[in-house]
Amino acid sequence: MATVKDFRNDVRPNWCPGCGDFSVQASIQRALANLGKEPHEVAVISGIGCSGRISGYINSYGFHGVHGRSLPTAQGVKLANRDATVIASGGDGDGFGIGLNHFMHAVRRNVNITYIVMDNQIYGLTKGQHSPTSAHGFTAKTTPKGNIENALIPTQVALGAGIGFLAQGFSSDVKQLVSLIEQGIEYDGFSLINVFSPCVTYNKVNTYDWYRENVVNLEQRGDYDPTDRALAMRTVIETNGLATGLIYRDETRVSYQEQIPGYTKEPIVHHNLQLDSELFDKAVKQFA
Amino acid sequence: MLDQLSWKVGGQQGEGVESTGETFAVALNRKGYYVYSFRHFSSRIKGGHSNDKVRVSVDQHRAIADYTDVLLAFDQETIDLNGDDVREGGIIIADEKFKPVAPEHARLFVVPLTKIAEDCGSAIMKNMVSLGASACVLGLGTDIFRPVVEERFLRKGQKVVDQNMEAIQRGFDYMAELGGADPEFALKPIDGTPRLFMTGNDALGLGALAAGARVMPAYPITPASDVMEYLIKKFPEVGGVVVQTEDEIAAMTMTIGAAYGGARAFTCTSGPGLALMMEAIGLSGMTETPVVIIDTQRGGPSTGLPTKQEQSDFLAALFGTHGEIPKIVLTPSTPEECYTSVGEAFNLAEKYQCPVIVMTDLQLSLSKQTTDVLKLEDITIDRGLIATESDFNDEGERQSGEFKRYEITESGVSKRAFPGAKGGVHHVTGVEHMENGRPFENPANRQKMMDKRLRKLEGVEIENSVVRTGDENPDVLVIGIGANTGAISESMSLMRKDGMKVAHAQLHALLPFPVQQLNEAMKGAKKVVVVENNGTAQVKRLMAFFDVKHHEDVSSLLKYDGTAFLPVDIYNYCKGLV
Ligand SMILES: Cc1ncc(C[n+]2csc(CCOP(=O)(O)OP(=O)(O)O)c2C)c(N)n1
Ligand code: SF4
Repeated sequence: MATVKDFRNDVRPNWCPGCGDFSVQASIQRALANLGKEPHEVAVISGIGCSGRISGYINSYGFHGVHGRSLPTAQGVKLANRDATVIASGGDGDGFGIGLNHFMHAVRRNVNITYIVMDNQIYGLTKGQHSPTSAHGFTAKTTPKGNIENALIPTQVALGAGIGFLAQGFSSDVKQLVSLIEQGIEYDGFSLINVFSPCVTYNKVNTYDWYRENVVNLEQRGDYDPTDRALAMRTVIETNGLATGLIYRDETRVSYQEQIPGYTKEPIVHHNLQLDSELFDKAVKQFA
Repeated sequence: MLDQLSWKVGGQQGEGVESTGETFAVALNRKGYYVYSFRHFSSRIKGGHSNDKVRVSVDQHRAIADYTDVLLAFDQETIDLNGDDVREGGIIIADEKFKPVAPEHARLFVVPLTKIAEDCGSAIMKNMVSLGASACVLGLGTDIFRPVVEERFLRKGQKVVDQNMEAIQRGFDYMAELGGADPEFALKPIDGTPRLFMTGNDALGLGALAAGARVMPAYPITPASDVMEYLIKKFPEVGGVVVQTEDEIAAMTMTIGAAYGGARAFTCTSGPGLALMMEAIGLSGMTETPVVIIDTQRGGPSTGLPTKQEQSDFLAALFGTHGEIPKIVLTPSTPEECYTSVGEAFNLAEKYQCPVIVMTDLQLSLSKQTTDVLKLEDITIDRGLIATESDFNDEGERQSGEFKRYEITESGVSKRAFPGAKGGVHHVTGVEHMENGRPFENPANRQKMMDKRLRKLEGVEIENSVVRTGDENPDVLVIGIGANTGAISESMSLMRKDGMKVAHAQLHALLPFPVQQLNEAMKGAKKVVVVENNGTAQVKRLMAFFDVKHHEDVSSLLKYDGTAFLPVDIYNYCKGLV
C-alpha cells in the first residue's frame, strides 16, 4: 500500500518559505495515503497561480493547465475515467475570479471531483494585486487607496449555488484539513474544500495570526449539524465566511455520472471504440 | 420535360415552411432524384420570412439553382421577396387567403390552400395541400409522399395520416382542374438508386460516432448545435457523454481533460466560440493533447450574421492562438467528406498529438442534400503512440519523473500514458517543460522542445488535400473551398458550353498548407481565381503567405453578403476574366 512518501516527488516547490500552500500539499498527500490510493490512480488538475503549481509537487498524474480552467479540465478527466480519483486545485483568483463561472456550474453539474482552493485573499504569482476574496478596504497594488469592491465569500456562494459537500480549512490546522480532504474525496459528487492559506509575501493583513484569531472552528460546536442547509447558510453569514470544518453535506444529491443515460460502469478510457456495424446501419438508415 | 427543377416554398418562420420543404425533398430523394436544399432563415424564432429552396435533378448538383421554377407562397411577402427569382414563365402557387399579386413574368395559380386544409380537418395542413399541388405540376403522383407522411404522423394515429394524404390529394386535384399539370414542368423519370439525404452536420455527427468519439463537451451555437443534439441521442448506445457546458472555454478545456484522460473527445462550435477557445487550443498544442474542434463557420465579425453563409474564420483558425503550436486544419466540402474528415481528424490528432480543426460553413453544415451511402469501413481508428506496460519502468510508480511523456524523438511524437496506467505517472503543463513534463525554462531545453513539437507536422501528408478536376491548360482554373464546390462545378459546365477550357481545384486542408499540390494544380492555367465567402480573400492571402508559385497572378471572387454562391456568379466572373 502506498504511503505518504509515495505521493512525494523530488521537485522542490518554488513557493516562498512559510507559504500556506506547503501544508495544503502535505495534507492532500496524507489524505490520499490514508484513503489507500495509489499514485497512478490519482490525477491532480490545477490552474495558474503560485497555488496552481501544486499538481507538479505531488507524485500522481498531474495536469497544470490554463488560468481559471482547472474545473472543466478535471471534469473532463473524470468523465473519461470514472475510476480515477480526480482533484482540482488552485488559488482564489484562479477559482473565484477568472474561473467563477466554472465553479458555479461544477456545483450544479455535480461531477464527482474534489476541488481544493488555496485562498490567500490576494494574487500571489502576479505579485500582489487584490483578489475577489480581498476584503472591502483592503490595500494591494491594484487598490492603493483601499478596495472599493466587496469580497466574495466562497462558502456563501457555494451554498447559494446548491453545493452537496462544503468544507473550509486552515493551513495551520493540518489534522482537520486532512480529514476534510478525505471526506471530500469520498463524497460521491462535487466537493469544495476552501482553505485559508496565507501568502506571507504579499498579504500583510490576512496572516497566520489573523486567521488564528478570526476563524470559527465548527468542530468546537458540539451541536453543529452539517446536514442542515439552513443552519449552514446562517453559520457562514454569521461568521462572515470564516467558519472552518465540515459546513454542509447533502446525502441526497446524485452525482452527474450516475445520471448520464447509457453511461457504462467501465471507464470510457477502456472502451473498445470500434462501432458495432448493426448500430451503424441503424444510424445510417435514419438518413435514408 | 425537365432534367432538373428548382422549387421553393416560403412563408413566415414557424408556419411549417421547413417541414414542407423537408417532406418534398425527402420524398424526391427516396425516388432516386438528387436533391439539394438550402434554407433561408433569420435568427428570429417565430415570424420573419423564411424559405426553403430545393433543387431536384437527374444528375448531381451541390448548389442551389440560379432561379426558381416553382414557388409556393404562404404569404404576399414571399412573392414580394422571391418573385424576381422565379424564371420567365415559372409558376407561383399561392394561397387564395391573402389575395396574391404576382409579377407579370410568372404564371400565378391561386389555390385555396387554407380552405382545403380546413375541410380536411385543420388549417395547419395547408402545406400538405401545397405539396399535392406541386406534385400535380411536376407530373408526379401523390404516392411518393405516403411513406414520408406515415413516418411523420403514424405515431399520432392512422386518422392523421389519412387526413394528411387527403389534403395532398385534394391539392393535387384542385391544381389539375386549374390545368396545372404542364408537361413542360414534368420531371424526367429516374430509375432510382436510393441514396442518403443529410446535412454536413449530420455527417459530422455520424463521423464522430463511427470514429469512436465518446466525450463531447460543447456550447450551443448556430450552425453547430445539431451535432451535439444528434450525439445526445446516439451516445447512450455506446456509453458516451455529451456535456452542454457553461461556455466554450469550458467546452475546450473539458475536451482537453477528457482527451488527457484517454477518451476520444471533441467539441463543435462556430466563429465566436472558436475565438473563446483559442487560449485552450494553445494549451492542447503545448501539452500535446489530441483534440478535435469542429468550426461550422457563419457570418462574422462578432455576432455578425448568425444564420447566414460565410467562410471567414480561416485566418483565425490558422493563426488564432498565441505562441506557436503544431496544428492541422481540414476543410471538407460535402457531407461525404465531412464524414471521413472527422475520422481523419481523430487519427491525425492522436497520431501527431495536436489540435485538429475541421472547418465547414453554414451552407455545408445545414444544406440537406443527396449523399452517397456512407460506409463504416471508410473510418478507421488509429490511436497513435500509447504506452503499454512494457514501456514503463517498474520503478516508475514509486519514482515520479521516470516516465518521459515528452521524450524527444525523431518524429517529435512521444508515447502517451493515461491516468490509471500503473508506471505512467507524469506531470503535464502548459509551462515549458522537460521530457518528463516538469517545468523547465532553460534556453537549450526550450529550443529542443519547440523543435520537437513543431517537427511533428513535417511528416504530415493529407491525402487529397487538393482535388483537381477538369481540362489541362485551362483558360480558367477555379480554386474553391467548403460548400462552394457545387456552384463551381456547375459554373464549369456553363463555361464549357461556351467553348471554354476550365478546371476546378478544391482545397481539403489548409494546414499543413498544400503548396506543392496547388503548384501542381495551377500548372498551365491561363487564369486562376479563388472563390471564397469572405471580404478579405483569406485563402488567396494564404497562397501568398505560404508562397504558392505565381500567387501574384491569382484573382479573387468574393461574396460576403450572407448568401451562398450561385453558379451564375462564378460563370459571370470567369467570362469577364477571359
Ligand atoms: C488568461 C490569463 N490571465 C492572466 C494571467 C496571469 N495570472 C497568473 S496567476 C494570476 C493570479 C493568481 O492568483 P491566485 O489564483 O489567487 O493564486 P496565487 O498565486 O495567489 O496562489 C494571474 C492573474 C494568466 N496566466 N492567464
Ligand atoms: S507569493 Fe505568496 S502565495 Fe506565492 S508562494 Fe509566496 S507566499 Fe505563497
